[in-house]
Amino acid sequence: MMIQDTLSYSYMAIKTQPIRVMLIILAMSIGIASVTILTALGESARLYIVNEFQSLGTNLIIVLPGRTETTGGQPPLFGATPRDLTLADAEALYRSHHIAAIAPVSVGAAPISTKGLEREVTILGSTSALRRVRHLSLSKGHFLPESDANKALSICVIGQTIKDELFAQQQAVGKWLRINDRRFRVIGVLESEGQSIGVDFDDMVIVPVASAQALFNTQSLFRILVETKSKQGMYKAVDDISEIIKQRHEGEDDVTLVTQDSVVNTFDEILAAVTLTVASIASISLAVAGILVMNVMWVSVAQRTAEIGLLKALGATKGQILCLFLTEAAMLSFAGALTGVLLGKITLMALQISYPDFPFYLPVWAIFSALAVSLVTALIFGVLPAKQAAGMNPVTALNKR
Amino acid sequence: MIELENIHRTFQVGEQSVHALNNINLTINKGEYVSIMGPSGSGKSTLLNVIALLDQPSSGIYSLNNQIVTQLDDNQLAQVRRENIGFVFQFFHLIARYSAAENIEIPMILAGVPIQERKQRVADALLAVDLQQRATHRPDQLSGGQIQRVAIARAMIMQPQILLADEPTGNLDSKSGEGIIELLENLNQKQTTLVMITHDEALGSRAQRIIRLIDGKIV
Repeated sequence: MMIQDTLSYSYMAIKTQPIRVMLIILAMSIGIASVTILTALGESARLYIVNEFQSLGTNLIIVLPGRTETTGGQPPLFGATPRDLTLADAEALYRSHHIAAIAPVSVGAAPISTKGLEREVTILGSTSALRRVRHLSLSKGHFLPESDANKALSICVIGQTIKDELFAQQQAVGKWLRINDRRFRVIGVLESEGQSIGVDFDDMVIVPVASAQALFNTQSLFRILVETKSKQGMYKAVDDISEIIKQRHEGEDDVTLVTQDSVVNTFDEILAAVTLTVASIASISLAVAGILVMNVMWVSVAQRTAEIGLLKALGATKGQILCLFLTEAAMLSFAGALTGVLLGKITLMALQISYPDFPFYLPVWAIFSALAVSLVTALIFGVLPAKQAAGMNPVTALNKR
Repeated sequence: MIELENIHRTFQVGEQSVHALNNINLTINKGEYVSIMGPSGSGKSTLLNVIALLDQPSSGIYSLNNQIVTQLDDNQLAQVRRENIGFVFQFFHLIARYSAAENIEIPMILAGVPIQERKQRVADALLAVDLQQRATHRPDQLSGGQIQRVAIARAMIMQPQILLADEPTGNLDSKSGEGIIELLENLNQKQTTLVMITHDEALGSRAQRIIRLIDGKIV
């Protein structure tokens, strides 16, 4: 029996039951659509977060004071560290050849006010290198100038939210802003970052690092952001940094180094696992659809008993009958799967229109695996009815009309 | 060509076992015209089903063209059936969704005959049963006599040596029935072995040989 004959026989058989076929296709397509949509959502979320992390800066190493060790005792939760990271430590890092830029960061919260409007915000002390390391852009004015990090200049750069809240429609650059009891001149306004992971630069004031240290009366740094010259240089830079810090901290390796890679990879793995879980839950609906396919096939076999007897009388083998009914089940599922993928695509397009900021992306492998899964489902659930058809006694089958 | 030796066939119906065929010994030669007659329940259909290889005897030996077919497996049986035996049913058994031409084509599809050859042979077969105008009609658009002629064309499409008919006129009016019998007898004159079940004496007596069955025994 030739393939095209098998296909045409099954197609003709399916065509005689349009309503039943439509229902089964609907059930199958809902299953496939939910799997594809949820996979796409998970995959998009993963890509989105990975992208966000990469936009934090490239070839980034974060130096944190203190070290988490697994030697027992309480972990140093709140920077319980023997030695602080200082500006001098940050400057010393320039000794490594692999480092392109260093931005020391000092953080605190303080009230800011201008003309009777007051607001409690995060104050971030850093240097001009921060702009490069964190890929910041300005909508107005300038960023912190390149100058000695130890110089406490009374200038600041503000985020977009602060500009809107405190200065509204007015020009902000050149105005004075009071932070705690010191006055700072606004020299620039950051461009709004939109959605961002972690730090919200829109609601933040950036001042020179020495000014921040003076404001909060501390010598220690919150962390040091380091940009390396190349991706390959990153691991050498990590070694260099711990070596330099060790020398400066009397032989103690008391900083934690986090590379951007490791952070991205962690999130990548977590979200991939989430996607897989969600898709597996959605595939329960596929199993339900498979059971429906089985049901339809039982009915089909029962209704066509006499026909099966006839085919046997005309010389059909068990294998041929099995093949005919499996093809029928596969065709039903495949039609459902195609409709489902289409349904999923349409839903994703609708979502994309509603949420233009979030990149919806349906991976090609998801489409193919949806089709494959539907076929496998059909074959698994179609096998029992098809076997029953193939095993029928031709005489009994023929007498049933 | 058909040799049945000590054939028994028993069915289990509930607690009772029914002896449908009881020690049948029968030889039918090539080109013969045999009618099988007997009251209902006498085992006529069971005998025909055994000859058609649709049913396996409980014991005994059946050899077809000097080949013992009682030990063949399912696939081999299907092949022997396809190549040697044509079957015409009382209730026609056409597939309702297929046209006359497509119904005739089915045995060739199962045998894997190439499409071109199939079309040619179907056209010839339709001509032979005088239905070339009805090729695209589905069974519900054909009369009983026409349907049975399609069924005969289908039975003969693989050019079998044996044509088995189970009350082929049982569901037809006498005029269409007459046409069908003539068609079958014509095929018999072209050396096709014809075995026909009937309980119509007039019809049965047209055969060269009449086999009478009562309670599963030839009398």
